[in-house]
Amino acid sequence: MGMDQKELRQWEARCTQEEPPRCQAACPLHLDARGLCTALAEGRVDAAWATACRTLPLPGVMARICDAPCRAACLRSGLGGAVEMGALERFLARAATRTPPVRPLPARGKAVLVLGDGLAGLACAWDLARKGYAVTLAARDPGRALLARHGDELPEAALAEALAALERMGVALRTGADPSPALAAREDDPHALPEGVDAVFADPETLSPQALGLGEPDALTLGTTRLGLFAAPLPAGGAAGAPPSPALLAALGRRAANSIERFTQGASLTAGREREGPFDSRLSTDLDGVAPAPPAPLPAQGADAAWARAEAARCLRCECMQCVRRCAYLEHYKGYPKTYARQIYNNASIVMGMRQANTMLNSCMICGLCETVCPEDFDMGGLCLTARRDMVERGKMPPSAHEFALDDMAQACGPDCALARHAPGQDASAFAFFPGCQLPASDPGAVERAYALARAALPGPTGLLLRCCGAPAHWAGREALLAQTGEALRADWLALGRPELVVACPTCVLTLRRVLPEARIGTLWAALAGPGAPAPGAASGEALAVHDPCASRHDPAQRQAVRELLHRLGRTTVEPALTGEYTECCGFGGLLDAANPALGAQVAARRARAAQEDFVTSCAMCRDMLARAGKRALHLLDLLAPGEEPDPAARPAPGHSARRENRVRLREGLLRGLWAEEPGPRPAHEALALTIAPEAARAMQDRRILTTDLQKVILHARETGRALVDAATGRHLASLRPGPVTYWVEYEPDGAGGFLVHKAWSHRMQIMGGPA
Amino acid sequence: MSTLKVLDGDYSGWRCAACGQSLVMAPAVLEYMGSRFEVELPRCPACGLTLVPEDLALGKMLEVEKLLEDK
Ligand code: SF4
Ligand code: SF4
Ligand code: SF4
Ligand SMILES: [Zn+2]
Repeated sequence: MGMDQKELRQWEARCTQEEPPRCQAACPLHLDARGLCTALAEGRVDAAWATACRTLPLPGVMARICDAPCRAACLRSGLGGAVEMGALERFLARAATRTPPVRPLPARGKAVLVLGDGLAGLACAWDLARKGYAVTLAARDPGRALLARHGDELPEAALAEALAALERMGVALRTGADPSPALAAREDDPHALPEGVDAVFADPETLSPQALGLGEPDALTLGTTRLGLFAAPLPAGGAAGAPPSPALLAALGRRAANSIERFTQGASLTAGREREGPFDSRLSTDLDGVAPAPPAPLPAQGADAAWARAEAARCLRCECMQCVRRCAYLEHYKGYPKTYARQIYNNASIVMGMRQANTMLNSCMICGLCETVCPEDFDMGGLCLTARRDMVERGKMPPSAHEFALDDMAQACGPDCALARHAPGQDASAFAFFPGCQLPASDPGAVERAYALARAALPGPTGLLLRCCGAPAHWAGREALLAQTGEALRADWLALGRPELVVACPTCVLTLRRVLPEARIGTLWAALAGPGAPAPGAASGEALAVHDPCASRHDPAQRQAVRELLHRLGRTTVEPALTGEYTECCGFGGLLDAANPALGAQVAARRARAAQEDFVTSCAMCRDMLARAGKRALHLLDLLAPGEEPDPAARPAPGHSARRENRVRLREGLLRGLWAEEPGPRPAHEALALTIAPEAARAMQDRRILTTDLQKVILHARETGRALVDAATGRHLASLRPGPVTYWVEYEPDGAGGFLVHKAWSHRMQIMGGPA
Repeated sequence: MSTLKVLDGDYSGWRCAACGQSLVMAPAVLEYMGSRFEVELPRCPACGLTLVPEDLALGKMLEVEKLLEDK
């Protein structure tokens, strides 16, 4: 299979969407401040409090006294001021009507002794009791110093409730006496732990390492030279003489609890603890368009629910999603690249059962926008393409996904459409015009006019090379087919004497650079806009919105040439919000329109809404996708080499059959017109004259049934007599399976030698005759 | 293989052009991607010409094709 576990992890690690927001990373206890603010901004006070209680030890105490080191990291800081997380927590501690009870894990059968009165010791006892340890807290008067330090903020009742909660969690409180260093060791062996105790934590405010007669404990593990005894110096930081940070004290207790858990389980004390304390998150959040908002003004009588809601609403809910917000495909599947990477991996790993992600991974337009916006360069297109290649290689690609598009490519490369000629009257080509296969399908007249333009503008004899570049094979993950297409292309190019290719399709430019790296490849736009090229005549008209095709994303010269030509044509241009390097795909790229036509149409409609003005673009397929979405759109050639069409921006996109017919007619017309040659005869079935009812024509477009498919069916029925007849209506019904699809046509003779088509449908299943 | 009955329409209006016979319901084997199903379809009793109606092709049949492609 294509991706192994390690590669999956590499892909997953690239996407930072699941990284914590800066506040949570900076919080020594890693409180989910974003989740808390989300609930609180909706007025869900108890839910916000439950979020705090999930993370905080002694929440009723911590929430009231936390010094909120998260504030310094808050991304809101530069936009009105950091979210007042400390004040929000204090409000919650007062206002919550319900505190979720703590349910300790099943007993571990391990005993831990915590020595001390301070917050670190209390937090350590809390965490260990939660984890199922039998904890004894030996202290004179636990938490007393906190009451003294925090005054009104911490009512005595709140501390009493926290101690009661500790007891409910099973902690044995042994109070009334100062814990002495002697308690931390066995009476008869000062290097061993007390009898029946598996680990000891000495609270730094009560028993410093010095008081215990020990050296500096390890900063990461808090381990000391006495095995199983954990201790810590007071946390550094803060002004001299200022009380230690409550958040850091509680985090020390938590660190000790984690070490004790690892120690009693025989696990590594050091592995994977980099993110236990405050750390820098990799999450990147786009602040573009975020308005500054100052802290909500505190009412005179103190924080109330309205204030808390308003303050919590200032939280930006920091997340990345920068690619998802700009890509309709990523948005459609409701996740983000990290989750998609896993789905794609799972999809490939399935041995029995349904592959749920086939359509998802076949719907990416491979347009490169995500990689361009992602702070970590996550390339979803590359991921999907790798997955497609893997599926093709293992024979797991659904045949219907790309078949129609690949047939289309085969036609464009086949004898009815492909052509490689020197210019009329020439026997060499310095250049060759390469219009691609979609411009001939969309507007064959434009190809003829553009070829004339190219021959006039280029400083040397300019041949013509008609065929498909192979992009559909590339997008479909069919590498062998792409190589084969490239070989045929190379043969034509060599036969023309290695001319410089002058290309009129941005996707062809990309693909040709890939399959024919030895060729000089430029665009028609650069050739026409270049120095020495004749200035096109002045025109005027409404401003046009430039749609950069996604294939020109990394080709600033190409995009510039298009704008230069529009400028010389006297047209004012505007840019949609996503343009240039950040342009959006029209919905055709990556064969989205083949694999998931509904989503393709949605993408095109979204792009159509990106500008009020008519669009102008240098890609025939982009133009047709926009036109299909009901948007007025011009191809650049409609301006550079206008035809008869009075309003080319309103020209509808030709349907599937018309596209193929256009290609054939273009070649026939060129052969007759420029080279005075008679093209070969058309196949017999094409002589059948069909009139297609409008409803049937619409169905054929949706179902990807071509007129020539129906002609084949009817001709076959006429030749063999195999058909059904409806006596009442006189209609005929016949079918044929010329390839992997069976086509059905309901039709009647029109009395003039032709046929009237009423219905057409198809299926891929094959009728094998009666049961064996 | 049990025969699935998926059609309840009346197809007796269709006659085989070659044999002149009216179609009757008869079991037919359908195959896709290595899976086979036996389904009752309208068929010419003489030559076996079998009809796959539009709503079957675009409904149940398409659904099963997609399932098999994703298997
Ligand atoms: S831009 Fe997208 S892929 Fe990149 S980190 Fe953000 S969510 Fe993940
Ligand atoms: S804005 Fe909200 S999520 Fe972002 S850092 Fe500040 S508190 Fe955290
Ligand atoms: S369609 Fe484009 S932006 Fe969206 S995931 Fe695919 S390559 Fe990225
Ligand atoms: Zn018959």
